[in-house]
Amino acid sequence: MNPLVRKRINRAALNAAGVAVFLFAVFPVYWMVATAFKPDDQIFTTSFIPFPSPPSMDHVSRVLTKGVAGHSIWRYLGNSAIVALSAVAIGAVFALFAATAVARFRFRFRTTFLILLLIVQMVPAEALLIPLFTMVKRLGLYDQLPGLIVINVGLSLPFSVWMLRTFVAAVPKELEEASWIDGASRFTTFWKVLFPLVAPGLVATSIFSFITAWNEFIFALTLIGDQGKYTMPIALQFFVGQRSTDWGGIMAASTLMTIPVLIFFLLVQRRMVSGLVAGAVKG
Amino acid sequence: MTQTSTIARGGGHPSAPSRRHTTRPPRGSGLPNGAVPYVLLLPGLLIIGALLLYPLYQMVDMSFHKVGLRQIKATNPAPAEFVGLDNYDTVLGSDLFWSSLRNTVVFAVVTVALTLVLGTLVGLLLNKLGKKMSTFVIIGIMAAWATPPTARAIIWKWLFDPSSGVANWALNLLPDGLSRLLFGRADWSEYPWFNDTFTLYLVLTIAVVWASFPFIAVSVLAGLKSISAELYEAATMDGSTGFTTFRKITFPLLKPVFSVLTVLSIIWDFKVFTELYLLNGGTVNRDAFNLSLWGYAEAFSNPPKMGLGAAIAVVLTAILMVITFVYVRQIVKTEDVR
Repeated sequence: MNPLVRKRINRAALNAAGVAVFLFAVFPVYWMVATAFKPDDQIFTTSFIPFPSPPSMDHVSRVLTKGVAGHSIWRYLGNSAIVALSAVAIGAVFALFAATAVARFRFRFRTTFLILLLIVQMVPAEALLIPLFTMVKRLGLYDQLPGLIVINVGLSLPFSVWMLRTFVAAVPKELEEASWIDGASRFTTFWKVLFPLVAPGLVATSIFSFITAWNEFIFALTLIGDQGKYTMPIALQFFVGQRSTDWGGIMAASTLMTIPVLIFFLLVQRRMVSGLVAGAVKG
Repeated sequence: MTQTSTIARGGGHPSAPSRRHTTRPPRGSGLPNGAVPYVLLLPGLLIIGALLLYPLYQMVDMSFHKVGLRQIKATNPAPAEFVGLDNYDTVLGSDLFWSSLRNTVVFAVVTVALTLVLGTLVGLLLNKLGKKMSTFVIIGIMAAWATPPTARAIIWKWLFDPSSGVANWALNLLPDGLSRLLFGRADWSEYPWFNDTFTLYLVLTIAVVWASFPFIAVSVLAGLKSISAELYEAATMDGSTGFTTFRKITFPLLKPVFSVLTVLSIIWDFKVFTELYLLNGGTVNRDAFNLSLWGYAEAFSNPPKMGLGAAIAVVLTAILMVITFVYVRQIVKTEDVR
C-alpha cells in the first residue's frame, strides 16, 4: 500500500479512537445535564431522546427555588462553600508554613516528617471516621459546620504540604539571599520575595483542597444531622433517598454541584498530576 | 507537561535545601535560626497529630472496647468496657466478614486492572495524537475525572435505571440472538441492576473505572513526555525498532510511574465508599457490603457498635498499610526526602 495512504489511515484510526474515548468520558456528564433540562415526559421514556427538545427550565428552577429536603439548594451550596473555603483558607496558611520549613531548612526530624506525611495520606479517612465522630460529639461540635471545616483541613493538609514543598523548592534560594543582603528581615523576605513566587503553586494546591472538601461525603454524612446544615453531597443523597424517581430534579441538583468543580479542575489538572505522582515522573 | 518536575529535574536535588550556607538570614528577627523550621511546622503538626494520628490510636484502642450509646454521649460519657479481642472474634467469625472481604478484594483487583490498562492505552494514544486532538480528548476525560463522587454515583444509577435508563435501551438494541448468546437474555426492559450484588458491583466497577482512568492516562502521558527524545534518537540510530524500544526504553523509565499509579489505585479502590453507599441505597442490603461500608454500618447502626466498627476499620487499615509500605518505599527511593 502507498505509505502516504497508510499514514492517513493510521491517523484516521487514531483520531477515531480519540473520539471514542472522548464520548465515553463525556456522555455520562452530558446525560446528567441533558436530563436536567428535559421535561418529565422526555425523561420517563423507554426511547432514547438525545437532546432536550425543547429544553425546559422546570427542574432547574424548581430545585433552585423550592429546593430539596425543605431548603433551597442555595442553602446547601452555601454550606458547602463555607466549609470548603474555610478549610482552604486555614489549610493554605498551615501548608505554606510547613512546606517552607521542609523545603528551605535542614533540621532534625525533617525526613521523619516527610515520611509521616506520606504515611498519613494513606490512612483511609473511612477508618478515622469512628474516633473522629466520638471526638466531635464530646467536643459538642456535632451538627456544627466548624467541626466539618477542621476535619477537612486535616484531610487535605498532608497532601497540600507534600505538593507545595516542590513549589517552594523551585524558587531559587539566591533570590532570598539577595534580599537578606539588601537588609530585608526574614518576614519581609518571605512576604515580598518567596510568597509572590510561590503564589501560583499555592493557588493550585488550594484548588485541590477545595475540591476535596467540596466533594467530601462520609464525614458530612455522619457529623451533620440537621438538614439546614447539610452540604451539597449530603443534600443530594438525601434527595435521592427521598424522591428516588424525581430524576429531573436530582440531575439538576447534581449539575449545580458539579459545575464549580469542573471549572476548577480544568484550571489545575496539570499540577494535580505532578503533585500526585511527584517523584515518580522525575528523572 | 508537569511544570514542577521539569524545574525540579533541572535543579538536581529539588527538595533538599542547599548545603551551602554562604549567606545567613538576618539576625534579630526574634527567633534563633535553628528554631524557625520547628515553629513553621508546629501548626501543621498539631493538625496532623490531632486529626490523623490521635484518631488512629483511638481507633485501635476502641477496637478492644465495647463502645455504645452510653460511651459516646456528649455529657458524662460512661467509661468503655475492655473486651480484649472480642470484637475481632466477632469480625472474623461473621459471615459478613468473608463476603465483605471478597467484595473488597475482587472489586479492587478487577477495577485496578481495568483502570490501569484503559488509562495506559489512553495515555499512549494521547501521546500519538496531534496537539489539537489530544487537547480535545484531555478536556473530555477531565469531565469524567472532575465529576464529584456523589454526582458520579447518581449519574450511573440513572444510566442503569431499570425503566428509563440508557443502558437498558442500548442493550435492547442488540439483536435478540446476539444478546442471548452474550448475556443469556434478550429483553432488557426493566432489568433491575441494583437488586443483585454482582450486577451492582458491575455498575460500580464501570463508574469507578470511568472516573479514574483519566488520572492514569494523564500521568502516563506526563511520564512519556518526560522521556528525552534523544534517547529515542539514539536507539533509532543503533537500529532499535518499535517494540524493542518500548521494552528497553519506555517501560523501564516509566516503571516507577506505574508502580506508584498501581498502589494509588489500589488504595483508592480498596476503600470505595461514597459510590457504593449511593448505588446500594444505604446500608440495607448487607450482601453488597465491602469492608468500609460494613464498618460504617456496624458503628452507626442502632444501637451503635463503635468498637466493632473500629475493629473492622483496623483490619482495613492494616491491609492498606501493607500495600502503602510499597508506595512509601518507592517514593523514598526515587524522591529525595533526606
